[in-house]
Amino acid sequence: MKKEILRFSEVMLIYHTVRDETVAIKGLSFSVDEGEFVAIIGPSGCGKTTLLSLAAGLLKPSAGTVTSRGSFGYMLQKDHLFPWRTIEKNLFLPLEVKRQNTPENRSRAKELAVKYGLGDFLGSYPSQLSGGMRQRAALIRTLATDPDVLLLDEPFSALDYQTRLNVTEDVSRIIRSENKTALLITHDISEAISLADRVLVLSPRPARVAHEHTLDFGETNPLKRRERPNFSGWFELLWKELNT
Amino acid sequence: MKKQIQCSKEHLLFLKKRRRHAVLVWSLRIGILALLAGLWELSTYLGWADPFLVSSPSRIARTIADLYTEGTLFYHIGTTLWETLAGFAIAVVLGYGIALALWWSETVRSVLEPYIVVLNALPKIALGPLIIIWFGTGSKAILFMTVIVGLIVAIMHMLSAFIATDKDKILLLRSMGAGKLQILTKLVIPSSLASFISMLKVNVGMAWIGSIMGEYIVSRAGLGYLIVYGGQVFKLDLLMTATVILCVLAAVMYFLVVLLEKFLVKNTEN
Repeated sequence: MKKEILRFSEVMLIYHTVRDETVAIKGLSFSVDEGEFVAIIGPSGCGKTTLLSLAAGLLKPSAGTVTSRGSFGYMLQKDHLFPWRTIEKNLFLPLEVKRQNTPENRSRAKELAVKYGLGDFLGSYPSQLSGGMRQRAALIRTLATDPDVLLLDEPFSALDYQTRLNVTEDVSRIIRSENKTALLITHDISEAISLADRVLVLSPRPARVAHEHTLDFGETNPLKRRERPNFSGWFELLWKELNT
Repeated sequence: MKKQIQCSKEHLLFLKKRRRHAVLVWSLRIGILALLAGLWELSTYLGWADPFLVSSPSRIARTIADLYTEGTLFYHIGTTLWETLAGFAIAVVLGYGIALALWWSETVRSVLEPYIVVLNALPKIALGPLIIIWFGTGSKAILFMTVIVGLIVAIMHMLSAFIATDKDKILLLRSMGAGKLQILTKLVIPSSLASFISMLKVNVGMAWIGSIMGEYIVSRAGLGYLIVYGGQVFKLDLLMTATVILCVLAAVMYFLVVLLEKFLVKNTEN
């Protein structure tokens, strides 16, 4: 029996500017279960990032409710490591902010870093790391406070193609082995198919869930998924749904 | 990663070239100074120019020696230096604080914006007579002038740096649950360090403008006083001497800020 960890019910969000108001999201409902990896794809400008801000509680919906149990970790397009802090100090940042900067939590964060290949770089500054390594450090930073749900806002789109495939695999492996729930927002169909258990397709603005699919790979490695024969079938289906 | 244990011949050659270039630059810098001073001295010695009007390096040296034996050299330098440094410090600290307050509250910022714009555009020297009436003819008036010349610059410089803080980084901190104070201390202040240094550099110049301008309006001592007095009684030696000392002091102060910058950057690897 899976437990529900996040639920959007009939959420509406209106953006206000001096000139006019825009209904970014309307009638949006979905839920995410514990341990699940859900990807949300949608046409550009349909309010994907807004959706994550709603999930994290940074924005209040204009109507409807967002309910969640547990804590969130947010990962953005760029790594946003602070250049004046070492990697180690960057990993401790969320601990400092949440006032959980205890020796146990620090050593846990360091263990994660060592486990996922950042042990030699703890004393380095972000500028000394490659783009892929930096994004990996950003993920460890997100995991440092042991959040229940990871919110991923196109975390790979700023990387070049090869780095991107590798980092995607890294991130997938780390999230699966740490048993985290993840909500990924992306405009990249193949990324969504290679990572997620379930894919939600959003409609153009005002956004709501237009289609929903549970992927049938029985395989969690993104690179291996890409080699599967049904990968292209999913791609075509989602491509069509995005463009109608 | 950057450590170089063994270097190739080519690298040694590269380093040698770099060193040679640095030596060249420095010898030319000093050479130009020596050439200008030499020409200046020579032209007055040979009678091409009237030393009564243009003074000369040797006369400047003599004037410095005279001031020293009179015992007033360090008195004048000390007066101006104190006014400048105190005014600089007050303007920087106060300006930084006000910029923080303006960053904190958007309402306060919008309310005060036109006032800051007007104060920035106003030539501070126009306040001269008012300052004399309010603060008298002592050091206090000059200090006040120095502060207002630097203050607005410090505020505007730091405020624009604070506002330019990366929005996504703020979002990241907010997603971690950070409040405004944490966003300020963890992100806004450290990320504006480079702007803080450049503000200091600009304000070194502003502080000297303020203190010398203040001394022009009202003073009985200081380098600005020597310049005005030298001009009034046509003692060009005195005027030139004070100007040269001013150049040296301003350069030293700027250099100190550069040292501070190197120290801070080394400790943050920004």
